Amino acid sequence: MQRATIDLWVGIFVVAGIVAILFLALKVGNLGGYDSSETYAVKASFDNIGGLKARAPVKSAGVVVGRVAEIGFDPKTYEATVTLSLNTHYPFPKDTSASIMTSGLLGEQYIALDAGGSEKMLANGDALKITQGAVVLENLIGQFLYNKSDSAAEKGNAAE
Amino acid sequence: MMDTLLESVRGIGRRTVDRVWRMGVAAHFFLLVLLHSGTSFRRFHLIVREIFTAGVLSLIIILVSGLFVGMVLGLQGYETLQTYGSEEALGVLVSLSLVRELGPVVAALLFASRAGSAITAEIGLMKATEQIAAMEMMAVDPIARVIAPRFWGAVISMPLLAALFSAMGVLGGYLVGVVLIGVDEGSFWSQMQAAVDFKEDILNGVIKSVVFGIAVTIIALFEGYDAPPTAEGVSRATTRTVVTSSLAILGLDFVLTAFMFRGV
Repeated sequence: MQRATIDLWVGIFVVAGIVAILFLALKVGNLGGYDSSETYAVKASFDNIGGLKARAPVKSAGVVVGRVAEIGFDPKTYEATVTLSLNTHYPFPKDTSASIMTSGLLGEQYIALDAGGSEKMLANGDALKITQGAVVLENLIGQFLYNKSDSAAEKGNAAE
Repeated sequence: MMDTLLESVRGIGRRTVDRVWRMGVAAHFFLLVLLHSGTSFRRFHLIVREIFTAGVLSLIIILVSGLFVGMVLGLQGYETLQTYGSEEALGVLVSLSLVRELGPVVAALLFASRAGSAITAEIGLMKATEQIAAMEMMAVDPIARVIAPRFWGAVISMPLLAALFSAMGVLGGYLVGVVLIGVDEGSFWSQMQAAVDFKEDILNGVIKSVVFGIAVTIIALFEGYDAPPTAEGVSRATTRTVVTSSLAILGLDFVLTAFMFRGV
C-alpha cells in the first residue's frame, strides 16, 4: 500500500515541524523558565527614564525579579510612570527604592530595586516612593565640559 | 508616426486592463478555493498526499539550506561582532535574523521554486491534456478535487518548513560559533534566550510564513489553472510563478515587518 508509507512520511514531517517550533520556543526563545502567570504590579514615577523600554528586566542584586510592564506619561506631574510586574516569589519591603541603570557602558537599560528595611511588604498596585531616574550621558558630558571650561578660565585668570 | 504613438498608448492601456482583469479573476479563484475547502477537508487523504509532495519532498533542500545559512551567519556575525568585543552576542544575531526574517523568507523562496513551480507545471499540464475538462464532464468539481487539497497541503507545510529552516539555522550557527570558533556556549544560549521573545519574534515569524505560504500557493495554483494549454504556455506559467511569488514574498515581508517590528 503506497498510501501507508506516505502517511508515515507526512507524520514524520509534521512531528519534526512541531519539534522545531518547540525547539525555537524553549531553547531559542524565553518561554521556558520565565513564568508570566504569578506577578504583582508596582508603580514608580521617574523624572527621566532615558532609553528604558517595555519588557526591560527589573533586577535586584543583579537577579531578574520581574519585567517592565508598561511605560506611561503623567500630564499632571510631567513624570514618567512605569508599571513593573514583579514575580510573587520575591516580595519587597514598602520602602524599596528603584533606579534606572545601564548594563555596561552602552548596554540596555534596566530597573534596579534596592530593598529597604520596612516590615510591611509591597502589595499589588502599590507605588514606590524613592526613585532615581536614568543618568543622561549628554548631560553628564555637558556638565563635565562646563566645569572644565570654568576651571580653565580660572587658571587663565590666575596666570594673568 | 501618429499611428504608432497611438498604438503604443493603446498597448499600455490594454496591458493595464489585462493585469487588473487577471487580478480580479485570481481573487475570484481564491474565494472559490476557500469555498471548496470544506469538501477537501472531508477527504483528508488528498491533503495528506499534497503535504507529502509539497512538504516532505522539500525537506532536504530546506534543512540543508537552513544549516548553511546558519553557518554563514555564524561566520560573518563572528567576524563583525569580534571587532566590538561582543562575540557572545552571536547567538542573538543568528537567532533573531533567522526567526524574524531569514527563516520565513528564504524558506518561502525555496518553497516557491521547489514546490510552487511543480504545482503550476502539474496543473498546467493537467489542463493541457484536458484532464480538468474530463473531470468537469464527470461532474467532479476540479477545484474541490485538485486545487483545494493542493492549497491546504502547501499552506500547512509552509510554517513547518520555515520552523525547521530556523531551527537548522540556529544549529548551524551553534556549530560554527561554539563548536568551531569557540564562543562561550553558556552565554551563546543565555543571551539568545534573553533576546528572543516567543510572542514577538517566534510567533510573528510563524504568522509570516503562513501568509507567504498562502501567497505562494495561490499564485502557483492560479498560474497553472490559467495557463494556455500549450507547452509554451505551461513553461511561461511556471516561470511566472517563481518570479511573481518571489516578488510577492519580498513585498509582503516588508509590509508585515513594518506592522510587526516597528520597535515601539
